[in-house]
Amino acid sequence: MDIYLLEAVINGILLGGVLALLALGLNLIFGVVDVIWIAYADIVMCAMYAIYFLYTGLSVPLPLAFLIAIIGAASLGVLVHLLIIAPVLNSAPLNQLLATGGLLFFLQSFATLLFGTDFRNIGVRLPVLEFATIYVSFARLIAFAVGLIGAIALYGFLKWTYLGIAIRALAQDRDIVGLMGVDPRRIYLVVSAIGGGLAGLAACLLALQYDVHPFIGNTFGPVIFMICVLGGLGNMIGGFVASFIISQIIAIGGYYSSTELSYVLAFTFFIVLMFIRPRGLFAR
Amino acid sequence: MLAVEGLCKRFGGFLAVNEVSFDLRAGEILGLIGPNGSGKSTTFNLIAGNLRPSAGSIRFDGREIGGLAAHAICHLGIGRTFQIPRPFRKLSLLENVTVAAYHGAGGKISRAEAQHRAETALEMVGLPVSSSVQTNGMGAAALKKLELARALATKPRLLLADESLGGLDREEMEHAAEVLDDIRNRLGITIIWVEHIMGVLMRIVDRVIVLDHGEKIFEGKPAQAAVDPRVTEVYLGKART
Repeated sequence: MDIYLLEAVINGILLGGVLALLALGLNLIFGVVDVIWIAYADIVMCAMYAIYFLYTGLSVPLPLAFLIAIIGAASLGVLVHLLIIAPVLNSAPLNQLLATGGLLFFLQSFATLLFGTDFRNIGVRLPVLEFATIYVSFARLIAFAVGLIGAIALYGFLKWTYLGIAIRALAQDRDIVGLMGVDPRRIYLVVSAIGGGLAGLAACLLALQYDVHPFIGNTFGPVIFMICVLGGLGNMIGGFVASFIISQIIAIGGYYSSTELSYVLAFTFFIVLMFIRPRGLFAR
Repeated sequence: MLAVEGLCKRFGGFLAVNEVSFDLRAGEILGLIGPNGSGKSTTFNLIAGNLRPSAGSIRFDGREIGGLAAHAICHLGIGRTFQIPRPFRKLSLLENVTVAAYHGAGGKISRAEAQHRAETALEMVGLPVSSSVQTNGMGAAALKKLELARALATKPRLLLADESLGGLDREEMEHAAEVLDDIRNRLGITIIWVEHIMGVLMRIVDRVIVLDHGEKIFEGKPAQAAVDPRVTEVYLGKART
């Protein structure tokens, strides 16, 4: 195999880690609350700004800045649920989309107003590692590892804790969990906090590789949605696998042509698959 | 223990439950019967907090519970089963019951205790205690038992059992009826039992209430119900005794 192609494949796997983290968060919220957070990637943007200003502006140590960003994003998730989702929880899906879509424009405009459209970088340069003439970005390696650990931790939480089991139960039949003593409103808050926290975690990883600007969410948002739909909305494992499929298409496509064209390829693949498997890759 | 007074539920212009009142003594098994659409399940939904009453009051141990959220009512000690079993299909049998045990206790018990309560409930209804059993592929009789086990795991003092016998064969019916009797006798749980198959129910309940079109038309001993003219009229041609 061509050494550069191998490099592209490896970088694709590493990109998949961050995408998987975001897809998990979006899928969790959709699967449980049954509302699609159009503005999900913009929570990432907010958290990235938080990291930027904490680290470069206030000279907060990077790990602490990361921690604050994660907690802040989790709190933002709870706020979004309480202020925007809860009032429209039983409304028509279109109204819910409009509400979270409105949040997207609000956050992007608000960030533009506050911070301008400058591209800002936290200026941390992690080394590029070389393994037998293959170059791998250290930042991406960390992103992959954290993405994988995050996914496994979430899986374990949902699988083995009683709160996790209640979350899965509610995702299946929200009308009857109350009879088992589960308060659905509390579960929604927990899930929104976890979803927000995952967005915050992704923001930490992305801040190491990308500049932050008010529209950074648009770079990832559509891809994450595509991944979630491809894996079957609400299907966590499907979304996880789809993250790596899409990231491979982007990475290998980018190797043979250009990054822009690779996104075209990814979306074309997605559209074709939607005709073949409209309910997602792993629908039974 | 339970005092229902003037309970009404309106769906648009349709009065599903109309001025229903009854009392329930601790340790009693009360049969709630009536033809399809007579308001039995709606009454259950009102007591368990799945629906909000349009009017009237429901007092449990002297406390008004009408309109409370379902989980709050569960924590107060009322459990219910569904006529059509609603298992969480993607959870294992044991998970289905432990989630009820743990959250039914308001999350205030240890994992071991939740596990223990779930196992006790499964044994009580005669289901296997094994973490590998899935709910997929379980038959109608087993799913009805699961409904019961899930309700029992929340440690209720009052159990609302909705048509536990529908879709079962003769032998399964007898067994299910014995389990309900056992739950009352051994665990001391008060039961309201909704059923439209009258036969088995009549042998076990202490008292029976008959609903028709949302109204209470009879309350008394099972033996009297069988000879009451209004009851026989409602059940004429429908009774499968």
